[in-house]
Amino acid sequence: MAIVGVVASGNLEALFERTDDESACRVEVSTAAHGFQPLWEAVLRDFVARGTGGLRISINDGGARPDMVALRLAQGLRLMQDPEA
Amino acid sequence: MPGKNWTTQKAALAERIDGGSRFAAGKRVQPGDLCAFFEAVLRPGDRVCLEGDNQKQADLLAQALAELNPTRVNDLHMVQSGIVLPEHLDMFEKGIAKRLDYSYSGPQSARIARMLFSGKIELGAVHTYLELFARYFIDLTPNVALIAAVSADRDGNLYTGPNTEDTPTVVEATSYKSGLVVAQVGEIVERVPRVDIPGDLVHFVVPAGKPFFVEPLFTRDPAAITETQILTAMLAIKGIYAPYRVRRLNHGIGFNTAAIELLLPTYGEKLGLRGQVCTHFALNPHPSLIPAIEAGWVEQIHSFGSEVGMEDYIAARSDVFFTGPDGSLRSNRAFCQTAGLYACDMFIGSTLQIDLAGNSSTVTTSRVAGFGGAPNMGSDPHGRRHPSAPWLQAGKEADDTTPPLLRRGRKLVVQIGESFGAKNEPLFVERLDALSLAEKLNLELAPVMVYADDVTHIVTEEGIANLLLCRDKNEHEQAIRGVAGYTEIGRQRDHKMVERLRARGVIQRPEDLGIDPLDADRNLLAARSMKDLMRASGGLYQPPSRFRNW
Amino acid sequence: MSQAATTTQRRVSWFEATARQRLAALLDPGSFTEFLGPAAREISPHLALFGLPAQFDDGIVIGQAKLGGHEVFAAAQEGRFMGGAFGEVHGAKLVGLLRAAKAASRDAVLLLDTGGVRLQEANAGELAISEIIRAIVDLRAEGNSVIGLIGGRAGCFGGGGIIAGCCTRLIVSEPGRISVSGPEVIETNRGVEEFDSQDRAFVWRTMGGKHRYLTGGADCFVDDDTTAFRAAAIETLAGRTPLTVSVLEAEQARLKARLKRFGAAKDGSEVWQALGVTNPASVPGMDTEEFLNATKAVRESADDAR
Repeated sequence: MAIVGVVASGNLEALFERTDDESACRVEVSTAAHGFQPLWEAVLRDFVARGTGGLRISINDGGARPDMVALRLAQGLRLMQDPEA
Repeated sequence: MPGKNWTTQKAALAERIDGGSRFAAGKRVQPGDLCAFFEAVLRPGDRVCLEGDNQKQADLLAQALAELNPTRVNDLHMVQSGIVLPEHLDMFEKGIAKRLDYSYSGPQSARIARMLFSGKIELGAVHTYLELFARYFIDLTPNVALIAAVSADRDGNLYTGPNTEDTPTVVEATSYKSGLVVAQVGEIVERVPRVDIPGDLVHFVVPAGKPFFVEPLFTRDPAAITETQILTAMLAIKGIYAPYRVRRLNHGIGFNTAAIELLLPTYGEKLGLRGQVCTHFALNPHPSLIPAIEAGWVEQIHSFGSEVGMEDYIAARSDVFFTGPDGSLRSNRAFCQTAGLYACDMFIGSTLQIDLAGNSSTVTTSRVAGFGGAPNMGSDPHGRRHPSAPWLQAGKEADDTTPPLLRRGRKLVVQIGESFGAKNEPLFVERLDALSLAEKLNLELAPVMVYADDVTHIVTEEGIANLLLCRDKNEHEQAIRGVAGYTEIGRQRDHKMVERLRARGVIQRPEDLGIDPLDADRNLLAARSMKDLMRASGGLYQPPSRFRNW
Repeated sequence: MSQAATTTQRRVSWFEATARQRLAALLDPGSFTEFLGPAAREISPHLALFGLPAQFDDGIVIGQAKLGGHEVFAAAQEGRFMGGAFGEVHGAKLVGLLRAAKAASRDAVLLLDTGGVRLQEANAGELAISEIIRAIVDLRAEGNSVIGLIGGRAGCFGGGGIIAGCCTRLIVSEPGRISVSGPEVIETNRGVEEFDSQDRAFVWRTMGGKHRYLTGGADCFVDDDTTAFRAAAIETLAGRTPLTVSVLEAEQARLKARLKRFGAAKDGSEVWQALGVTNPASVPGMDTEEFLNATKAVRESADDAR
């Protein structure tokens, strides 16, 4: 398990957990900011294309911008691959 | 023309001085007499320069002017750098002033927009600083200038101190063309520390009893710099500063450039760039540059104005800054703008909106922020004739067919920012809000900050677009889309074309430059707080209270 | 488990660090076991009603660890989530931790970073504050210590300020602020003439780390550095101060004397002057070592009162 970020304005937390299904990456996004669905989909599509099978990612969003979302996801993935990082 | 009177202006000045003298002792006018005094020296329709820009303000004179009776003094034509204080617009509400030519309006940007829409202000034009100064000498020469200084002596010699800024230019244009000059001063002294403005050019002096207002506009708290801003700063340093070897430059205000300044002694040092880049600046004394100065990066800085709290530091670093015989900074906006235009090889700064062609603007439909100096800094001067390596290289990249001896160089004009700005507003847009505003106000020109043909590079967290290397309109557009991140503009890119541009180095991603976005860490900043900046200065920098958490 | 992290050798700022980063730097490496961690998803049942996002740990990390080899229970508030404010779950986690500490007879270390009670769940928050105070008193009455560490961006305000007052010892850094009413609250109630909340230097002169240390409101003043907090916490844990009636009486007497001595002061700097600090105006600019040297002879010590 790994957790990155904080739920604050313009920030988010992402909780990374392992699952048994290596073929799927499940992402749940909880956000109070409405109207950004296509943006989330675009960011997440690029992220999972990097190979994220076997992960469950849960996000609590404080209105983060896409660059922050991408950064937190990358940080979480690195921690899952190398907890010492 | 026989019989024509060629000295009407001198006569009018004499009348103003006579009128004003009734409320003065020698040159001295007491603040309480300002209303009567102004009514004696001002005429309806006068062209008036009320000194004030993005930093210093003749605040006492502004307050007095806004309290005049509009039946006595009205329809003034204000020609001034900044619309910043509420009084600057109160004058228009009351009808004391009618017409306006200006340059910058940061804190009043929303109110000025409302007043423009409602027709309370007759707008001449929004200028750059240098452009407005130029017009002071051609067709916008003030009849009366109301200026601000630190102190005066009995003869009216003025000490304008570190925040000299626009004063010499305003006085030059007014006093030598038979206009009246009135100065508010913090105090009257026996002998001024240095003579910034000779007393012959100053007709009246008002002891304000307190220093004129100065806004600490160029202070950025390192604590607020984000990881994404650090990433864009790393990209700029490694992808632009290093390959072009940019030594002479100007930085716009903002957290992106503050991040660059704070990365020089750490990341820049690791890249071996000390002495190779950023040695000469046209720049205000940014507190965020202290660590780089202390680490020996910077040889020389000329400044538009000063910065609150930096006075002692500047005085103690006279090898770097321009200082007077009294030890304090001498700033001069007109000269520094000229320096930024002709003697710098790069401008880098942020903006609010960039369109598909590369035009940028800080104007939105409800805010008219004005320009300040950015369009001047961020433009390629066609009058430049001296070569330098970055200028020649940029020129070559833009044009590989003209023979070198006939080829113009290019100034590097870099726009830097995150693809989404505050409140999740996209940096990249199909159409600038400035256009809608121009239509609404029937302007002949949209307020564009930096024109597309001047922009050479755009840096975002997604990478760098080198627009000099684009060979047609389509490449240019796709290069912009290619760094526009997840904005609509970015998502509508032609992926194949963007990859081709990347292969040619037109677009460079962080990984193309050997930068891992996960290394963009706040620990890279040479200072992470205001206290760190103070410490780096050896206690010489004294941040204003609003920036403290100690 | 560390947050995506600082890889350089430089000082890690306590002020900048997240709650999890602070715990990782404070406690013995690898010794922390979290209770009710984020994966338990024990989130606030109230925030969603207000359309506000939740955080999986409700803004507080609690668990068991070693500190300098000493078994402790530790809690860290995340000042950036809802200003570190006490909500129902947040408060209950801290109450439970303190009770567990009592059951196990362990000292507790509280990394406070809070604006007080969370407005959206104020009743639950207020109740939690009372229960936390009770739990601290119970734990201290058994002879265990409760150490408060304060140096985060939210400061330690409202009920947090009262909780801080109940701790055995407080360790504070310069950016840390301790008070019950915050600057804006005081200005709203008493007017800007009484307290200008925009004048940040004044705010720090009246409730900041240095002022609290000088008036005995905090026991230990350290650099804004996780290593310094760790060293101070280990040293502080070595001492024992059971809570007894005589301790409370001593505290009462101390506060009475303080009011008499400084009650007329309008600014922290006047208090420092009265204490006998040479050149009080230079205090805010001093670095830690200089400050401690310049003030150790004159500062008002809590004398184990609290």
